[in-house]
Formats: sequence, C-alpha cells, structure tokens
Amino acid sequence: MNYISIKNNQTISLSDIPESNYEWFYDMNLDLVLGHTERHCVNYFGYKVGNNVKLICCIADDSTHEILVSTCLVHKAHALESFCTQLLCFEKFEREIHENFGINFIDHPWLKPVRYAFNRDDMSQTMDNYPFYSIDSEELHEVGVGPIHAGIIEPGHFRFICNGEQILHLEIQLGYQHRGIEQLFIEKKKLLQRATLAEDIAGDTVIGHSTTFAHVWESLCGFEASRDIEFARTLALELERMAVHVSDLSGACTDIAYQLGSSVFGRLRTPIINFLQEWCGNRLGKGCIRPGHNQYPFTPALADRLRQVLDIFEPEYNEMAGKLFKLSSALSRFERTGVVSNADAISIGAVGMTARMTNLNRDIRSSHPFSLYSELNHFPILKRHGDVYSRVQIRKKEIEQSLNYIRKLIAEVPAQPLQTDKLKTPRPNSFCLSLVEGWRGEICHCALTDEKGELMHYKIKDPSFHNWMALALSVRNNEISDFPICNKSFNLSYSGHDL
Amino acid sequence: MLDNIKIVYHQGKQFIPDVKTVTVPGIFRGRPIINTEKVDEKELSALCPTNAISIHPVSIDLGKCTFCGECSLRFPTKITFTKDYKLATNDPERLIIKEGEDKPVEVNLDLVRSEIHRILGRSLKLRQISAGGDNSCEMELNAANNVQFDMSRYGIDFVASPRHADGIVITGPITQNMAKAVQICYDATPEPKIIVLVGTDAISGGIFADSPALDRRFLEKHTVDLYVPGNPAHPLTIINGLLDLTRKLK
Repeated sequence: MNYISIKNNQTISLSDIPESNYEWFYDMNLDLVLGHTERHCVNYFGYKVGNNVKLICCIADDSTHEILVSTCLVHKAHALESFCTQLLCFEKFEREIHENFGINFIDHPWLKPVRYAFNRDDMSQTMDNYPFYSIDSEELHEVGVGPIHAGIIEPGHFRFICNGEQILHLEIQLGYQHRGIEQLFIEKKKLLQRATLAEDIAGDTVIGHSTTFAHVWESLCGFEASRDIEFARTLALELERMAVHVSDLSGACTDIAYQLGSSVFGRLRTPIINFLQEWCGNRLGKGCIRPGHNQYPFTPALADRLRQVLDIFEPEYNEMAGKLFKLSSALSRFERTGVVSNADAISIGAVGMTARMTNLNRDIRSSHPFSLYSELNHFPILKRHGDVYSRVQIRKKEIEQSLNYIRKLIAEVPAQPLQTDKLKTPRPNSFCLSLVEGWRGEICHCALTDEKGELMHYKIKDPSFHNWMALALSVRNNEISDFPICNKSFNLSYSGHDL
Repeated sequence: MLDNIKIVYHQGKQFIPDVKTVTVPGIFRGRPIINTEKVDEKELSALCPTNAISIHPVSIDLGKCTFCGECSLRFPTKITFTKDYKLATNDPERLIIKEGEDKPVEVNLDLVRSEIHRILGRSLKLRQISAGGDNSCEMELNAANNVQFDMSRYGIDFVASPRHADGIVITGPITQNMAKAVQICYDATPEPKIIVLVGTDAISGGIFADSPALDRRFLEKHTVDLYVPGNPAHPLTIINGLLDLTRKLK
C-alpha cells in the first residue's frame, strides 16, 4: 500500500504522501480504480520540482468516504505508460500533464492540447492548428460551429462529422476561455483576491467554487468553521442549484421550441437569484462566501423572507413542471435523445448529474459529506436511461429536493457565535483537498504550500472537465438538429474547464 | 389548452413597467458614495482586490471595481454602496467616483457619434462575444431579455450573426485564445457599429488584469462606445446604459 487515506477537507503534510516509482504508482492506481465503480479519480495533476515533475493522484472511494492520495516523481524526458489503455477516465488528466510539462504517454489515444494554457510546454501548438479527427470519405461531411455561438453563451468549437443529418462523431475544442486562473492563485497574495478569483472560475457556480476554496483555505489554516458559516454555505449551494436547474428547464424548453415553458421557467429563476441579492447584494452570490468568517450572516428575518419567496415560487413551479412533464410533444423530443450508457459513463469517469442520469451514484453530498450535508441525510436522485429526459427529470427532482432541504434548513437558523476564531496563516509544506457537490457535480480544489506556508500550487477541477466527453458521446447517431437540446441538457462550463 | 390559459393567468403580469425608476430588492451594491471623512487611506486602498481605490482624493474606478463591498464593510462610514443601478457611461472619466461627490453616472452626450442616434436610435441589434467571461455577465445579458426585463420592447435584441448586427457586446477580459475571434467578429459587422463592454472583466480586466493569458490589444485599436460596470452587470444597468447611449437626444 503506497497511498494515504484522507477525508474530504483534510490537510496533511506533503511528506506524508507516500512516494513510489512510476511503475508502482501506475499499477496501484490502476488496481484501485479498475473494476471498482465506487472509486474514481477526482484529480490527477503534476507540478514542477526542479527539472522533474511530481505527479499527484487522488482517488475518491465512495464506500469508505476516503480519498486515496499517492505521488511519484518523474522526469520530462521519460515517456510514461498511459492509464488510458485500460482506464479512459484518465484521458484528459494525462493530456493536461502532457500539455503543461511535455511528458509523453505511451499508447495514449490522442495527446491533444486541452486548453492551450499560456504557460504550456509546446508553444508551437496554437488554437488554429488543433488536430481534429477527420475521416476521408466522399459521403461524409464536416460541420464546424463556434467558437462564437448563436446565443449568448461562452465560446468553444464543435466539429461534427455527419452522414446526411446524422452525427457520427463530435469533437470539442476548448481553451478559448483560458485566463490563467491557477497561476493567478499563486501570484495574487491577498486572501480577498483569491476569494474573488474563486468566484470567477465559473460565474454560474459562484457558490460552489467559492465554498470549495473556503474549505481548502480554512483547512490549511486549521480553522474550524462555526455552524452559522457552514449553514450559510449549505443554504447558498442549494439556492444556486435550484436557480440554475430552473433556468436549465427553461433552456430545454427553448431548444424544443416550447415557448410557454421557456418563458415561465426563465422567469421563475428570478425570485431565487433576487433573494440571493437581498441576502448578499449580488444576484449570483458573488461576495457571499468568504474563508474564515460569515460575510453576510443569515438572519431569522431573511428566513421569513425566503419562506415567503418559496411559498409563491412552489405552486407556480409545480404548475408549470406538471404541464411540461405531461406534454407528449415535449416528452417525445426528450425521450431517447442523446443517450449515454452506464458503461460509457463509468468508462469516461462522469460525475454529478451526468453520472446520476445513468444510474451511477456519484454525489459528494452523500459520499464525502461536507458543511451540513451529513445532517440532511442526502439520498442522490438516480435515473437509468441516460437520455435528455433523464437529465431533465433529475433537474425537476433535485429542485424539489432542494426546496425540501432549504425549508428544513431555515426552520432552525443558527445564532451568531459571540466569539469567533481568527483565521491564521496556512500550515507550511502541506497538502489539502476539498470536494464540494456543486449543481453540475463534484468540484475539486487541491492546494500545496511551501516551507514558508505560501501557496506553491493550486489545482482546480470543475465537473465539466470529466463531463464534456459525455456530451460528445451522447450526440452520436442523433440528428444534428438535436444537438442544442443535448448540449443544453448537460449545460457544461467552458470557463470552469479552461480556467 | 385550458391548462395553458391557467398558467398564463397565474403568471400574471411579470414585466417591469418602468426600467428607469424601478427599485431593486434588498441590498444591492450599485453606485458608491464616498464622503470626506478622514480614514486610514492606505489601509483602505490596500483592501481592494483590483486596485480600484485611489487616494488623494479617495476615488473608486467603477471600471476596476468588482463590487465585492469589502471597503464599505470595513469602512462603513466612509463608503456606502447605493442602490443606484445606473452605472453605464461612454466616458471612462465618469466611471471614477470621487470623494464627496454624489451625482449620477451618465452618458457624455458630447462623445456620442451622431449616427448612433440617427441610425441605431430606434432599433439596435447586437452580437454578443464572450471572451473569457465567466458566464455571469452572459447570464445577466440573457436575463435582460427575459419576460421581466424585456429589453426587446425597446427594439434592442441580440442576433446570431455579426452580419445582422449593429454592434458587438464583449464580456470577459479578452483572452489570448479569443482575441482573433473577437477581431474577426468585429470586422464582419457592417458599419456603423458600436462596441459595448459589459462587466468589470471586460472594461479593465478586473481581477485578471495582469494575467499573461490575456490579449487586450483589440481595445487599444478601437473606440469603446459604452462601458457597463458590474460583476456581473445587472440587467437594469445594461438596459439603461443602452437606452441612454442610443435614445438621449442632444
């Protein structure tokens, strides 16, 4: 056994992570994941140590609620055996390591650039010469979409290979949103700057990413968050989940040209995000979550206000949802469209809603509980078919679940403690990993500190990093006209992926 | 059919009748007011994550401000954020709020090109480009056209092609990887055309201002017609800004 078992949000010394040679590291991690659906890789990344690269692999075990961390030192010049020959879920992690450090992986299916990072190893790789997969045929044609899309969404390039109207293959080129966030985490020294960066990773998951950062930072500083702080985070996470899910239902209706659903769900998001503004002054929750203190304490008066908002929201939402889920013309567009099988979801290491729609139980709220989730006794909602309908159903059910959790939470608003702890400085030579279930799925942040307690490396992983591949698989053999509804039903993040 | 009518009836009227005078709920961090009280100015300016606060005299640059509100939480008597959501202007000078000033942020009519009123005054079609935006301003731009804010009642719409557009709306700090696409999209838009920057990230780079992954040369080459501050910009800020730019007659 050459790994260390840690809990979610636990800080350990860097030297406590057992180091082995690559062969051992490879066999061990392969053994851990292969054939074990309860385990999956939550993060696998490298950082420079002199001329060498240190790889850190973090495997989450959902049954024991532990994360198994191992490390290994490799040299850039040595090509390494690729995990992908047996585990496709390492595909993108290895591409990222290759892009950043130039390490080659033997038998990797395609070591293509991930996001064209500004500090990539090979600067001759540019956005314009991305090596798309292509088929030499007179009967097939290619369709290129993006980077700028028709609606108001983030940029990414989609390249379809089609036979008539039918999609055979989709390849997604990302990186347009790359802002160098991970590097900025190291360079910006003020805590408020880092908290601001965390909020700006993905503007639709403000609460998710800022909570993950807060957990990492507090754990590194040995800070024990009081109940009111964790209460605010849990509540904000569920509000964010509800708001985005409702607006996704609106998006799904738009893409099947169901105008009534589109307008009504679209406007039902407003009371929820306007409540966030009443609470913390920003409709998307920017400024709400800060490490070490409760920036905007949740008061009983706010709880009363939220109850009012929900009492109006709930019947209106139920009426519209009831109509949509009985409307045969809508359901016929949702059902059996954009299917991802359970085997494929396991193979690509899908997380969050994308995993749960194929009956793959991955939900950090129950498997590695944080904040107040252990008290809520969370049971993940699972669907079996892996189609657009499953994804839409999960949203509907999760909105109902979130409503329930929010009502439960605000029934008992914790009082402000009279004395609060002060945030100290981070522990030197440490490693911390934090997992949070955002509305899309698991968010993972890892931080490493140097001998002075300064941040040495910060690694962010948005659930979209795993799940973009699921979108590419789902559209195969579908009509190209169904691409928008497939895309919207996943609603993946470009900025969270590109960082 | 009856179900549909019931839903429409239960929804009632959702639109905001007057987007110029409506008040936003709860606390909202809009236009700040800085009074002349003496405080530790160094500490105040060091607080800001994006160096938006200058001293002698104390001023806040709304183009850099992330509206996190930290300064007003730490110096509540010195700085207060009002609920005034009208923050957009075409004059970078007017984005700077100075100590002791309490006047609205307005479009500088002297700087508005005459063809903007003449040609774009009654119908404005815009092409949106997210260039490293984190999807928050994008969501608020979408919200500006939902049934509540309903920007299209003023003839302002977002279109799917630059060929159909009268201007571009940029969100995000403009990354290296998007710089070329921004230029191509701008070039494909027919004249006369306007450039609108929405959000702190677009106006100054925001928290990303000194990131090596950005390429903001596009903004050096072209004149910006409207700055819409916010992180993200509120739909009311966006709508009022666009109306003030295109509708206010000299």
